[in-house]
Amino acid sequence: MFLYGYGPLLLAGAKQTVALAVLSLAVSIVLGLAGASAKLSGNRVTRGIATAYTTLIRAVPDLVLMLLLFYSIQIAVNNLTDAFGLAQFDIDPFTAGVLTLGFIYGAYFTETFRGAFLAVPRGQLEAGSAYGMSGVRVFVRILFPQMMRFALPGIGNNWQVMIKATALVSIIGLADIVKAAQDAGKSTYKMFFFIMVAAAAYLAITTVSNIVLLYLERRYSTGVRHADL
Amino acid sequence: MIQILADYWRPFLYSDGMRASGLVVTLWLLACALALGFVAAVPLACARVSKNRWLSTPVRLYTYVFRGTPLYVQLLLLYTGMYSLEFVRSQSLLEAFFRSGFNCAILAFALNTCAYTTEIFAGAIRSTPYGEVEAARAYGMSTFTVYRRVILPSALRRALPLYSNEVILMLHATTVAFTATVPDILKVARDANSATYQSFDSFGLAALIYLAVSFVLIGAFRRAEKRWLGYLGTSRR
Repeated sequence: MFLYGYGPLLLAGAKQTVALAVLSLAVSIVLGLAGASAKLSGNRVTRGIATAYTTLIRAVPDLVLMLLLFYSIQIAVNNLTDAFGLAQFDIDPFTAGVLTLGFIYGAYFTETFRGAFLAVPRGQLEAGSAYGMSGVRVFVRILFPQMMRFALPGIGNNWQVMIKATALVSIIGLADIVKAAQDAGKSTYKMFFFIMVAAAAYLAITTVSNIVLLYLERRYSTGVRHADL
Repeated sequence: MIQILADYWRPFLYSDGMRASGLVVTLWLLACALALGFVAAVPLACARVSKNRWLSTPVRLYTYVFRGTPLYVQLLLLYTGMYSLEFVRSQSLLEAFFRSGFNCAILAFALNTCAYTTEIFAGAIRSTPYGEVEAARAYGMSTFTVYRRVILPSALRRALPLYSNEVILMLHATTVAFTATVPDILKVARDANSATYQSFDSFGLAALIYLAVSFVLIGAFRRAEKRWLGYLGTSRR
């Protein structure tokens, strides 16, 4: 039998892990873009908030933040529903996991995007608005495509760290690949084997994402001249 | 908040009455892992950049595997996985080693940080200006002497900014130790949480302690960079 009959369980766990990582990536990229814009804006208040966000989140371990947010979000929601006299509303662990991971890695993406925004020459943005483009259009046509080239190595790093951070969600009770491997190991008394399977799954995911990143980096640096070394 | 502080400040910082716990355990884990990792990483980094395939390929494989899998999975493998193996339990020495969560945690952390540190040092060694190495060879130094006198002193200094990042990440990574029954800061926070149901306050206190340790480490590395990297004139800020 495939993996002593635990193949489907492990596959479901792996799917959960990938889904969690991809969705939190989306959340953290949005937060990162917003944070980077806030950090570079002239407004002192938004800049202060964004700086506090990146400094605090990056100085505290992600597992501590995960436990802190995971439990506190539910308590905050309970207090809110109590205050308005509504029925209790349970957040499902998956959504909570996506939101917490996205919130934590948003801080790392803020720094990545800030550096990339700064790497695009200002003159090009000014030229864009001189042609009468709107702010959004300058962002879509000029800033974003060029920024991606500088941001990609950072995004790749963050993604790899995030994939590995998803292993921690099994601690807060999500049925990811680590949880599935532990359950399978417990009932078959083959703990070592099943954790090895989980490790191999992670290795496969990181290897595939490495290949994709290499392709993306090549795509976003078309038309850039490299010196022969 | 005040109540938790009054009841739990001792376990959070140094002892839960029976054994060391909290901050002291976290720092001890961090120090052991970093020391072991550093000592092993220097020769491994030299092997990683070697032209000899038989030396560089095994090291490459090692860093690839350990950097490609989560630390939590590695810890599970060493703690729960190893102990479930028949031959580990049948040998008294192995049995004694792997029964202790503390040993497993230190072993897992050291192996993990060693893999990252090896890559950091290897990168720094590769970026040594070729002129320096050629000059050293021209003086008739042997390969060992070139490494000892020229490459390593400058490469380790240039690796300092990246290494400080790794140290901070390692501090954050020690939080998974509680899953191997090691009473670190997070374990105390979980105890406080389950005793009082005040999640925000208990985990918030843990977060504050980690925050303080991170800032102290960052400050220490700033000073170290000023001291040892000053000659490059590129220290951050």
